[in-house]
Amino acid sequence: MFAGLAGLVAFLAVLPLARLLIEAFAPQGYPTISILEDVFRNPTTWRATVHSLEISFGGTILATAIGVSVALAVSFCDIRHRNAIIFCFVLPLMIAPQVTALAWLQVAGPSSPLLRAIGLAPPIGTPNPLYSREGIILLLGIEYAPLVFLTLRAGLRALPREMIEAALAAGAGRWLVLRTIVLPLMTPPLAAGISLTFVSCIGNFGIPAFLGIPGGYIVLPTLIYQRLSGLGPAALAEVSALSVLIATIAIGGILVQDYMLRRRDFRISGTSQSIGPSSLGRWRLPLETMLWFYLLATLAVPFASLVAVSLVPIFGVPLTWETASIESYVYILVEHGVSHRAFRNSLLLAGSAAIAIVMISAPLGYYLAWRESRALKLLNLSAELPYALPGIVFAIALILVFLRPIPVLGIGIYNTVWIIFIAYLGRFLVLSLRPVVSAYHQLDRAMEEAASALGAGVLRRMRTIMFPLVAQSAAAGALLVFLMSFSELTLSALLWSSGAETLGTVMFSFQQSGGVNHASAIAVVTILVTLVLMLSTLLLGRRVPKGVLPWRD
Amino acid sequence: MAGLKIDRITRQFADFKALKEVSLDVADGEFLAVLGPSGCGKTTLLRLIAGFDKVTDGAIWLGNRLVSDSRRHVPAESRGIGVVFQSYALWPHMSVEENVAYGLEVAGIDRDHRDRRVAEALELVGLSTYGNRPPSSLSGGQRQRVALARCLVTEPGLILLDEPLANLDVHLRASMEEEFRRFHERTGTTMVYITHDQAEAMALADRIAVLDHGMLAQVATASTLYREPATEMVAGFVGQGMVLPIDILDTCRAGSCPVRIFGFEARMRCQPGTGARAGAKACLRAEELAFSNDGISGISGTVRRLIYQGGYFRADFHPDLSPETSLEITVPEPATVDAGARMRVVVRGGWIIPADAAN
Repeated sequence: MFAGLAGLVAFLAVLPLARLLIEAFAPQGYPTISILEDVFRNPTTWRATVHSLEISFGGTILATAIGVSVALAVSFCDIRHRNAIIFCFVLPLMIAPQVTALAWLQVAGPSSPLLRAIGLAPPIGTPNPLYSREGIILLLGIEYAPLVFLTLRAGLRALPREMIEAALAAGAGRWLVLRTIVLPLMTPPLAAGISLTFVSCIGNFGIPAFLGIPGGYIVLPTLIYQRLSGLGPAALAEVSALSVLIATIAIGGILVQDYMLRRRDFRISGTSQSIGPSSLGRWRLPLETMLWFYLLATLAVPFASLVAVSLVPIFGVPLTWETASIESYVYILVEHGVSHRAFRNSLLLAGSAAIAIVMISAPLGYYLAWRESRALKLLNLSAELPYALPGIVFAIALILVFLRPIPVLGIGIYNTVWIIFIAYLGRFLVLSLRPVVSAYHQLDRAMEEAASALGAGVLRRMRTIMFPLVAQSAAAGALLVFLMSFSELTLSALLWSSGAETLGTVMFSFQQSGGVNHASAIAVVTILVTLVLMLSTLLLGRRVPKGVLPWRD
Repeated sequence: MAGLKIDRITRQFADFKALKEVSLDVADGEFLAVLGPSGCGKTTLLRLIAGFDKVTDGAIWLGNRLVSDSRRHVPAESRGIGVVFQSYALWPHMSVEENVAYGLEVAGIDRDHRDRRVAEALELVGLSTYGNRPPSSLSGGQRQRVALARCLVTEPGLILLDEPLANLDVHLRASMEEEFRRFHERTGTTMVYITHDQAEAMALADRIAVLDHGMLAQVATASTLYREPATEMVAGFVGQGMVLPIDILDTCRAGSCPVRIFGFEARMRCQPGTGARAGAKACLRAEELAFSNDGISGISGTVRRLIYQGGYFRADFHPDLSPETSLEITVPEPATVDAGARMRVVVRGGWIIPADAAN
């Protein structure tokens, strides 16, 4: 069984990426750098690279500033409704980037109901101010601030409070303690969070696709998309080279992250309690107000604008109680065949990917957690790769593998939903594998040995003992997989075909063809589905293991 | 029922030998305790016997069946050994009854039969009314009983117990000890009981195997371990004996030798055939030392401290010939000596630690 699982991971992760490297460096079967030369000589490549770096650094800096501030505020200060604030703050991470982008476009444009109401709307006919580098940076910052927040918050929770109390006892004031004790000790998690954010910004497709393409501000992922959708498979060699370029930048970020995580040796011994919040006195209300204002501005306003646009019958008509209509919803849910199909496809894809991933990660996690060997470490690493690398890179790699029918079997899955299914399987496997592996690590191995001593073979032990014990973690992971794939765009933008549309691609084409109200209606529905699923986990209470679902503190 | 034969097994982890050529014979129906400080390899030994881990060298037989050697490894599930874990390892997603029934279910026992045997096993450990409860609702002692019931319901020929009482409070330990003993008497099952607690081992076991740094130091009855320790480690570990330097003055006669200890001459018990030699070691117990009545003969020295032990004192006595050595002497209450007193101590017994093991 283990050989089968290892083979599956190799098939999902290693094979496509290896194929990509071959395509970039040896497109005709022998090593050549002619393609790479062409690509690197092209000024478009360099412009896109510079753009990618600009928005990634900018987005990372903004996300870090926001994420660090909020993490410090909720960890050290006695603000009320902490759990609600954390839930809302992490929410953007769970919402697909193109949905965020679409919502913000409705906030800032000349036709923004909000800006019009306060008389600040740009004049009709001028471009939306978010169609710019600064717009992309702003949205990346908001989208990924939770990443910095989550790693720093986890680090702060592991910081024993004696460390701080010792400094306070030595006479240091709060700000001095923060500067000389807390932040130095938090360097590793902070650096890890920052580099993770950088890699996410580099690979983000939805935001630069919605905000950059209209203004001609092209970054590497959108360049790849444009080339491939313009030229089709003929552009494969070129986009492979571009993918290798973007993967190289991302790997640089991953290496920094890995190095920083391993530099945790001044991590903190002792099992004492973590820091409790300290009283802010009269500063509490202003801080709370600021936090809620931030959440209002980044969540409520864009969502309200999105809803407003989705209720407008024809784009441009002002929204009043009389003009509001649910026509867009009727259209996308019932009348429009493609949207209807996309709903069904996305539901089926996300659901079946989540189930399949649970069925793979439960036994695979068992081997990864409990059987020590170098080969397994390698396997674990290769399962991480498709998620760590930009999604667009993985999509290109899959196209290369499946463009021609599978040898021997003669089955072609390119231009079917199956290639999207495989993409979700490969890319999101770690989302369930990680919590399952950590659940195994927390289990007493004697649980299995007791069953073994009673005569149960390995399959029976897995079925009756191990799987039930890791089921909750696996289910939480499956939920993440579902949420991530349900409104996903990066992979399906390159892999979709007629009949195999997803919600992400349909939203994208509505947006590009001017059907903003329809795109908004789809966005609203996906946000509602996401919210309902996230909130339903709160009802499950303590049964969901800690640390798996990011929105639960 | 099955005996256990362990033949020169070695277990190597990377460059660390956890067990070195350990041999043991456990008779059918015997209760053997494996005793040693933490890190001595006793848990490794249990895992090798159970089949959770593979031997590097040597062989293990269960009855007449070879279950482990360097090439062959019968997996745990095919060995038919019962194991009681220190952490109990009860499955939290199953009720008490389901936990106990698991082994029978695996063995394909039909439902009626299974239910009856589960009921019997729970009755035996006094938990008949707890069958439907989840393990998490039980106290530590009750969990231990469930673990025992789960292990004995399949009637294994050999039961391994890994520090089963380590997580219980002192009061509960005594009653569980009693339960293990009764169970062993009734079923006659061969039992190997891993523990670091010598009182537990002495109370329960027919014989005790003492492990020291992965090697077997001695296998003997509790009384032999106490009276005739084979090594310095056993002497110090079992009953906290004092290990003191002596010179053996003459060969053994009728089980004892004349020796000189801190300038004082005494007779000590020894192995037959012990010859005269200098630089030997002896094991002494506090009750084998006493303050001299006449104050003239005996080892001269100073009482440094008196420590009250409840009903008697322990005196710390430092001989003049070796002031850094501390001899412990039992002094009944009320104390007849004070700290700082100059005294003489006579040696009334002792055991000469055999030469080969002492080195």
